[in-house]
Amino acid sequence: LGHGSGGQLSAELLRDVVVPALGAAAAETVPEDAAVVAVDGLDLVISTDAFVVSPLFFPGGDIGVLAVHGTVNDVAMMGAVPLALTVAYVIEEGFPVADLRRVTASVGAAAAAAGVPVVTGDTKVVGRGAADGLFVTTTGLGRRLPGARVSAAFARPGDVVLLSGPIGAHGTTILSTREALGFEAEIVSDTRPLHRLVATMVAGAGPAIHVMRDPTRGGVASTLNEIAAAARVGIEIDEAAVTVPAPVAAACELLGLDPLHVANEGCLVAVVAPAAADALLALMRSTPEGRWAARLGSVVEEHPGRVVMHTLMGGRRVVDMLVGEQLPRIC
Amino acid sequence: MIGARVAHRIEVRGTVQGVGFRPFVCRLGRGLGLDGCVRNDGGVVVVEAAGSIEAMRALAARLRTDAPAQARVADVRVSALNGSAPATGTGFRVVRSTRRRPAGTGAEVGLIPPDLGTCDRCLTELFDPGDRRYRYAFLNCTDCGPRATIVDALPYDRVRTTMRRFDMCAACAAEYADPADRRFHAEPIACPACGPRLAWHATDHGPAAGGHGADALAAAEALIRRGGVVALKGLGGYQLVCDATDEAAVARLRIRKHRPAKPFAVMVSGLGAARRLAHVSAAEAALLTSVARPIVLLAPRPERPTAGSVAPGVPRIGLFLPNTPLHHLLLADLARPLVVTSGNVSDEPIAIDDADARRRLAGLADGFLGHDRVIRSRYDDSVARVVAGRPSLVRRARGYSPEPIGLPVAAPEPLLAVGGQLKHTFTVARDGTAIVGPHTGDLEQQATMEAFEANLARLSRVVGVTPRVVAHDLHPGYLSTRYAAALPVRGRIGVQHHHAHVASCAAEHGVTGRYIGVAYDGLGLGDDGTLWGGEVLVADLVSYRRVARFGRAPLPGGAAAVRRPARMALGYLFGGEPLDERSRAAVLRAAAPFLGRLPEREVATVRRMVAQGVNCPVASSAGRLFDAVAALLGLRDDATYEGEAAVALEALAGGHPAAPELPWRLVTRDDLIVYDPTATLLALLEALRDGTDPGLLAAGFHATVAAVTVALCAEVAARERLRTVCLSGGVMQNQSLVETVVAGLSGAGLEPLVNERVPGNDGGISYGQAAVAAARIRMDARG
Ligand SMILES: [Fe+3]
Ligand SMILES: [Mg+2]
Ligand SMILES: [Zn+2]
Ligand SMILES: [Zn+2]
Repeated sequence: LGHGSGGQLSAELLRDVVVPALGAAAAETVPEDAAVVAVDGLDLVISTDAFVVSPLFFPGGDIGVLAVHGTVNDVAMMGAVPLALTVAYVIEEGFPVADLRRVTASVGAAAAAAGVPVVTGDTKVVGRGAADGLFVTTTGLGRRLPGARVSAAFARPGDVVLLSGPIGAHGTTILSTREALGFEAEIVSDTRPLHRLVATMVAGAGPAIHVMRDPTRGGVASTLNEIAAAARVGIEIDEAAVTVPAPVAAACELLGLDPLHVANEGCLVAVVAPAAADALLALMRSTPEGRWAARLGSVVEEHPGRVVMHTLMGGRRVVDMLVGEQLPRIC
Repeated sequence: MIGARVAHRIEVRGTVQGVGFRPFVCRLGRGLGLDGCVRNDGGVVVVEAAGSIEAMRALAARLRTDAPAQARVADVRVSALNGSAPATGTGFRVVRSTRRRPAGTGAEVGLIPPDLGTCDRCLTELFDPGDRRYRYAFLNCTDCGPRATIVDALPYDRVRTTMRRFDMCAACAAEYADPADRRFHAEPIACPACGPRLAWHATDHGPAAGGHGADALAAAEALIRRGGVVALKGLGGYQLVCDATDEAAVARLRIRKHRPAKPFAVMVSGLGAARRLAHVSAAEAALLTSVARPIVLLAPRPERPTAGSVAPGVPRIGLFLPNTPLHHLLLADLARPLVVTSGNVSDEPIAIDDADARRRLAGLADGFLGHDRVIRSRYDDSVARVVAGRPSLVRRARGYSPEPIGLPVAAPEPLLAVGGQLKHTFTVARDGTAIVGPHTGDLEQQATMEAFEANLARLSRVVGVTPRVVAHDLHPGYLSTRYAAALPVRGRIGVQHHHAHVASCAAEHGVTGRYIGVAYDGLGLGDDGTLWGGEVLVADLVSYRRVARFGRAPLPGGAAAVRRPARMALGYLFGGEPLDERSRAAVLRAAAPFLGRLPEREVATVRRMVAQGVNCPVASSAGRLFDAVAALLGLRDDATYEGEAAVALEALAGGHPAAPELPWRLVTRDDLIVYDPTATLLALLEALRDGTDPGLLAAGFHATVAAVTVALCAEVAARERLRTVCLSGGVMQNQSLVETVVAGLSGAGLEPLVNERVPGNDGGISYGQAAVAAARIRMDARG
């Protein structure tokens, strides 16, 4: 199994193995990170995520913070306000109690800061080697905001693609810390909750928002490719609009990484109706987490399923999903 | 006495349209006193004639023996004529074309003639003040002129070309209808009264003067004289043109094109002018003046009058001769060598559409010399060279594509081979015929993808091949592989990159049995999930077995290590395959000066990346070893274009023809013979440290790789009882390497073959895939 990096192979694993086993209903819809469940006339949103990050502690956060933000954001990307979280630990025997305390404190602090309470949870200890230190699973429950109806399949030609902030920091930080590559002092993860940004956007122009996604594993490139495939549209983006913090860019350069393929934990991609794009951009910039928001590009009828970037050099480059490890295509 | 009168129908197949074939048949029929007619029928020429047995026999024979120079007669089929025979004394004529079947359903491949360079007789007219086509930029005849670039559909007639919109004047119409005239059925026939005309368009930063015809040409020439860059609408696409002797002009073009170092091709007026810039052998002269008029890679003269920045630090300079009347006029008027390069930004395909060119080239050119003859299909300039005395293509496009190439094992059903990723071409094939589409470029450029899709759609429609099977590379990330995966076809056949390389060489030489395949390349995905590129295979068209390889090294940062050879050198130093533990530490010690001159942080990070295996795919590549050696010798730390470091290494080696080999060693790992470069690198670094001339070491390295190759082949040949060696892959573009290897293999009693009609680089991958796929389908069909 080489399916871990969140690109093409993860998508195939989901499509070929996981979804078919869960029944036809799930297979027919576009895969999203959260689901809407109608209960007594209320649109509830539910999402679950298992966190297996290594290292557990990294500049800008730890696995606890990530577990809270990740699920809060997955709920929020459905245009919902998160209401409650559950947390489950799978702990390898011998895992330091001090570290567990530290992670749990992070969970508490992150949940409090986000204003989303942790309402229940579970803890299991497994034998040595049966887990790698600590796995954290969170489930989030939320309620869809009035006027919000988003799906990757809703992107339409003419729509505008917005990006809420700089990219590349999280994945680069994790890699650098895990492998001790020496960039840890200069870069920090961008992990942060995005539900307030989402609430601001939905309140301002809810129906104009067609798609919201947080470009986590596989980066912005994978997210845009998923949208293009789900909606059968082309997407064109502008390299000039892609902001990569200078130290992150320098690290990516040395490591041979394309920032568009690197995981983020603190920004979102929105596909919106063109008439509302400027207003939404202004709203996003009025929030702390969206103050670097930019107009990334647009949805087009041409080249359905393909994402193309207008480069600084004046060319148009195909932006592909990552296929497993980065195998150079150069001959 | 006159013998009995017979009536026959004769079908002629091959490249028989657009080459003056019908006029030839008409003249032949009249000369033999036959009655009848000739016509184009789809892609076939059909003759219906009656006359004496002797005359009809002579006709059938001379259709082959006396055919026009550019025709390729593949098949002449004679049958009895059904229906009434032409009456005696009615004469012989060319009649209206017919279409034998709806396009796309045909059982036969229709053949589109490639473009032909201006012939001598047209050239004489061009510069004859008394001729009615004096200085007319679009003159042509049945022996020359545009073909593939203007064809909409077959059969090849004016109405199915972009010349349709020009109504012939009375004088042209008379020539077109006169069997005795050289322009009898010359489909793109034109003259100043009725044909296309030049037009000048200024850009914001260029001069406004201009207009049409002679004024337009004069405006362009004035601009070039002043050091400007002109976007010129050539035969198969726009070109950028400037004075090759004007350093400032060339430097400006480099900046605007974002092309800091990659050599520019230079157009010269004739062989004499070519010889002032480069050494031209008889074989090279023949290639330069051949009707395809390719860019020919030649050994430059050090004292050449072109600007230094035209082709800095390369072993060969690309020269070509004018291929259209327009180019002849420019070269004659300006009387100096001109840089003539593709009209595009970096790796994009050349512009062919006027509006698109104006948009894309606005920032590159100071003015546009265009015209109103539409370019239907994009054909960039071809690049060729002479290897071991024989012409060999490096880039196959204008003048060559879409001329068919045979397949040694016929394709039982129509197939498409989608090629690789860089230097992209595709191939459509059916039966024994493969048609390789023109070179486009790097598929990662959306414009190249679009060009690929458009070329494929048009070419398969025109030649009538609807693919039922698609062949593709094993690399899942190649955009061509993705394209193949989405295609609605009956079957898909994955072909390993280096098998496709060596098969391209075997197939064009008609090798159907087992052979030794040497694929020296940058990178291609192997069947074991690692990257390959220094491989010896025992192969036939259906399958292969890997028998030898180069030692492996990590690519720190993947593609980043390809763009930066210095990083590749670090990969060999820190992570080279541990085949010789004792020498490894010594290599690192000897590399201290190299390590010392690189940024400390880069060295530390790469060392850590290699140790941890972070984004470090592993490759057994010959191309990457050349890169690394170029960096270790201090030649290039970064490559601004593909192969730059290796090209610089070859250039540096050029002055030392008899350099001794460096030490080398073969070891065995997992039943493979492995060339361990450690000893070579150690000797090279120590000699460099001791002050040896880097040129001598560069040459010594070339000699080493050649010796290694000959030794590997000799061992495999003895073991497997084989003699034929097919040499292919991008590294085989290194002329001194390939010529040394060819000589060495011949000396060892083996029979080396190199690519000639398709490039040994990735431009030939699609043809190799097609050859393999055809053989596999055939084998499967037999069970
Ligand atoms: Fe290759
Ligand atoms: Mg998630
Ligand atoms: Zn001619
Ligand atoms: Zn005329």
